[in-house]
Formats: sequence, structure tokens, C-alpha cells
Amino acid sequence: MQREKTAHTRYLPFGDSGLLIEFGDMIDLKTNSTVITLNDAILETNIQGIEELVPTYRSLLVRYNPQEISYEELLYHVKGIEKTPRPPTTREGRQTVIPVIYGGEYGPDLEHVAKIHGLTEEQVMRLHSERQYRVYMIGFIAGFPYLGEVADEIATPRLETPRLKVPAGSVGIAEKQTGIYPCEAPGGWQIIGRTRARLFDPTQKPPTLLEAGDVIRFKPITEKEYTALTTE
Amino acid sequence: MHILKVIKSGLFTTVQDLGRSGYLKYGVPFSGAMDQFSLAVANCLVGNDPNAACLETTLIGPELEVLRNTQITITGGDCAPKISGASVSMWQTLSAQENDLISFGRMQSGCRAYLSIRGGIDVPLILDSRSTYVRGGFGGANGRQLKTGDMIEGFDVTSSINKYSMPEELIPQFKNQIRVHVILGPQADMFTEEGVATFLSSHYSVTSESDRMGYRLEGPLITHKEKADIVSDALLPGAIQVPKSGKPIIVMRDAQTTGGYPKIAVAITSDISMLGQAKPNDTLEFCEITLEKAHEKIEEYNRVMNNLSHTLIRG
Repeated sequence: MQREKTAHTRYLPFGDSGLLIEFGDMIDLKTNSTVITLNDAILETNIQGIEELVPTYRSLLVRYNPQEISYEELLYHVKGIEKTPRPPTTREGRQTVIPVIYGGEYGPDLEHVAKIHGLTEEQVMRLHSERQYRVYMIGFIAGFPYLGEVADEIATPRLETPRLKVPAGSVGIAEKQTGIYPCEAPGGWQIIGRTRARLFDPTQKPPTLLEAGDVIRFKPITEKEYTALTTE
Repeated sequence: MHILKVIKSGLFTTVQDLGRSGYLKYGVPFSGAMDQFSLAVANCLVGNDPNAACLETTLIGPELEVLRNTQITITGGDCAPKISGASVSMWQTLSAQENDLISFGRMQSGCRAYLSIRGGIDVPLILDSRSTYVRGGFGGANGRQLKTGDMIEGFDVTSSINKYSMPEELIPQFKNQIRVHVILGPQADMFTEEGVATFLSSHYSVTSESDRMGYRLEGPLITHKEKADIVSDALLPGAIQVPKSGKPIIVMRDAQTTGGYPKIAVAITSDISMLGQAKPNDTLEFCEITLEKAHEKIEEYNRVMNNLSHTLIRG
């Protein structure tokens, strides 16, 4: 097991100020867990010269200041940390609940998603909200969480023609991924609902509600509850 | 304190400093001056911290009314600036008096110019920076480009400074042909040998689909071995992605922080300011450099920046 992991790990220079550590080229929980565990272990070690870390689905980017640490030194430190066995990081304690109103004007594609899978809207809603999701990474637009993975029964390809405007708070599905638009943006995900949760606020530190490695759950709410949140 | 009033906005004028760092994992790009060197020099010439906020103009500059006596500097691409109709020099401290009109001519070289004011532009710090990130709608002047009627506030400074200018030999020359040094990878192995050779031996032109997020290039196609997609991973300014079309895209300072195209190479840090001055129809050629050489260039760049206050010419 350990050997298999090492065989797939690649250390690559990313320009003159980055070290990219790749753990394969796939979307799965195990790979992402490895990324987040290494991310947290490096943060703990506090290596002088590291500017920031960017965890993604299957790789970790270490941005460094070459005036403070050489590539070789950085490589040596990071490899040492990577090879030290440690339990995977869990953030179960930090589970965030995202209240969502499904369907109708808030989720214009819910009907379509239900139809192509031969399900009722109710069933899609239940399948989407009954499981816990992991935040694989934040990207695309500030604060956008890529969450996985949805049940096979509701995995749906993106829209053929992306929308020019997807409203802020929209909850969508793209293949086995689900995600939330923090602000209005163009996008091709199947929109099944909407939340009032504020995912991104540049006046706060940290500016996002979620971070890679977090776990979340969607909680269906009624229009009345949604409106109450709106006027809060 | 109101210093300038925007009479005409120009093509795309924003407030920028050296940008924000440390927020990539939240999906927040660096933003900041596309030509960091020119912005830092513009600040030094009016006695500001190198990171103070300035205006960044794009191709067609704005028209600005001066509301209060101040000192300014204009650096970056040669934009034939004038104060109340009289041509003024770039790369030196200038005096601007109340009621003066600052205007910009046709861009003679480069793409972007920087206007600093003594004390720096006063807009709120958002995530440690005053830079505008238009796509995210925050930073600078309410997260957007400047428009007619905007008032530009400056920090209060009572004293004026002596006039300085940049030594001629240190002023960067912005040409229509730009040589960009790159470090191959991180995903160069997804391209055929021929594809990599094409990339390193051809000229690519900057298309009109180019902005602060990135530049789409036109030129000989770069071939992938098999697939042209990867599971999205991180991006940094200077990264050169090649989608299925085979035409490269250079990622710049406002780009999204993750992307799903393989990166054939990454431009070195010390060439990114020059790259920030590229405009549509300019041509780029890429040449490979070692990591060691790239680090030497960073050291050299920092040396120039650190010594700047000693190298500037009085008067």
C-alpha cells in the first residue's frame, strides 16, 4: 500500500517558485485525503520559505520563496514529511450544514435531473441531502467548493449550453460532483437548489465558509424557512 | 482627501498595488499590477512604499482632473502623457497643480502604464491588498474599473519630496517581440516530443482575447500525447496551459486559481512583468531555462529593487 502510494507520487517544479506534488490524476476520496493530510502536516512543520499551499483534488502546490529556501532543501523537507506515516486528517468535527431550498425557481434543473434518472424530484432531493460530502478543493471562482461525490443515481452531465448567469447561492451537480456558486457567475452545472449561506466574504479572514478537507451536509428547507433566512 | 477626479475612464483603468498573496487556496487570485516593476518604480519616485496603490491604465489612458496640488509619476509602457496639454516625461517625479488635466496619448510601446500619487491611493485594504479584482467584484474602487465622475482619494501627506528620475539604462524597453524564459512542466510529459519542440521553437502572437486573467495565443499547434485534460489542479501567474485546440493560454494575475488543462511550462518570475506589457498582435517566443538560472534572475531583480532608492537620479 505504502509502496503503491510512493510510486504514484510525483514531485515537479512549477516554475521558479512552486513545487507541485501530484498523487495521480483522478477524483477520489483516498487521493484527496492524501493531499489534505500532507497539506496539514506541512503547515504544522512551519518550514521557513514556504509562502502558501494550494490543495486540489489530487495535487498539492507549495509556493515558496527561492530567496529563503532552495528547491532541493524544500524537496528534502517535503519528502521527509510525506514519507512519515501519519493518520489521515479528519475534519469531521467541523461539519457545516448548508440549508437548501430545492426545485422551483431556485433549482430550475431539478425536474430535468429527476426525469433523466427516472426519479421524482423528492427522490433526487433526498439522495442529494442524505449523504455527507467532502470539500475536495476551492477553485473556479473565489469560495466555490468542489464537493463529492453524489450518488450514482443522480450524477448528471453538465448543461450542453452553459448559462450566462447562475445566481449566487445556486447548488449544482456536474457528473459526480456537486458545488455551490458563491456569487453570480456563468456556469454549466445542473442547478437543483439554492442556499442563503454566505460562502465568500472578502472582508472576513478567512474569506470562505469552507476549506478543502471540510465535510458538509445539505439540509432541505421550505420556501418559508428560506424567506425567513433572506430577511434575517 | 480627494486628489483626482476621473473625467474619462480610458479603456480599462483600475487601482492596483503589488497584489494579495496567501489566498489561492480560497480561490482568490493574486491580482495586483501586471507589470510589478513599473508600479514599484512609480511609487519610489514619489517617495511611497513600493507596494502603495497606483492606477493601472490599459492601452487607452484616462483623463484626470487634479483637485489638489500633488506629486505624481507615470511609468510603464510609453503612453505619451501630458499635463494640461504639455508633454511630460515618464519615469520621473512630476508636480501636478490643482485644476491641471492629466491625459494620455497613443500607447507607443507596451500595454499598461502606472500613475502614482504622493502618499498613495487610499482605498480600503481587502485581504491585505488595495488591488482591484474585477471578476470577484472586490478591491480597488468598489471592485470595478474606474468610471467617469469617480473621485480618487489619496493618503494625507504634508511634505513634498525632491524630484528624482530613473536612470535611462534601467528603464525597461517594451518591444513587440518578447522573449519569455520558461521552466518546462509540471505536465510537459503530456505533450509529444514534437509538441514541446514546436512550443520552444515557434512564434506565438497574443490575440485580442487577452486581459488581466490571461492571454490566448495563436501559432503552431502543440500536440498532446493522448488526452488534453487533467483533473483540475493549481495555477500560478506565468503558467502556460494548452487545451485540446493545441493553442497555448498564458495565465496572468487575475486568473482562476485552478484549471483543467495541462501546463507545458511556466514563465519565470522575473519575466512576468515584461509579459504583463504584452498587447494583442505582439509575438512571444519561449526559451527554456534552468531552475538555477531562474533563481539567479530573481536575485538580480531583487537587488535592483532594493537598491532603487540609491540608483535614482536627483533632479
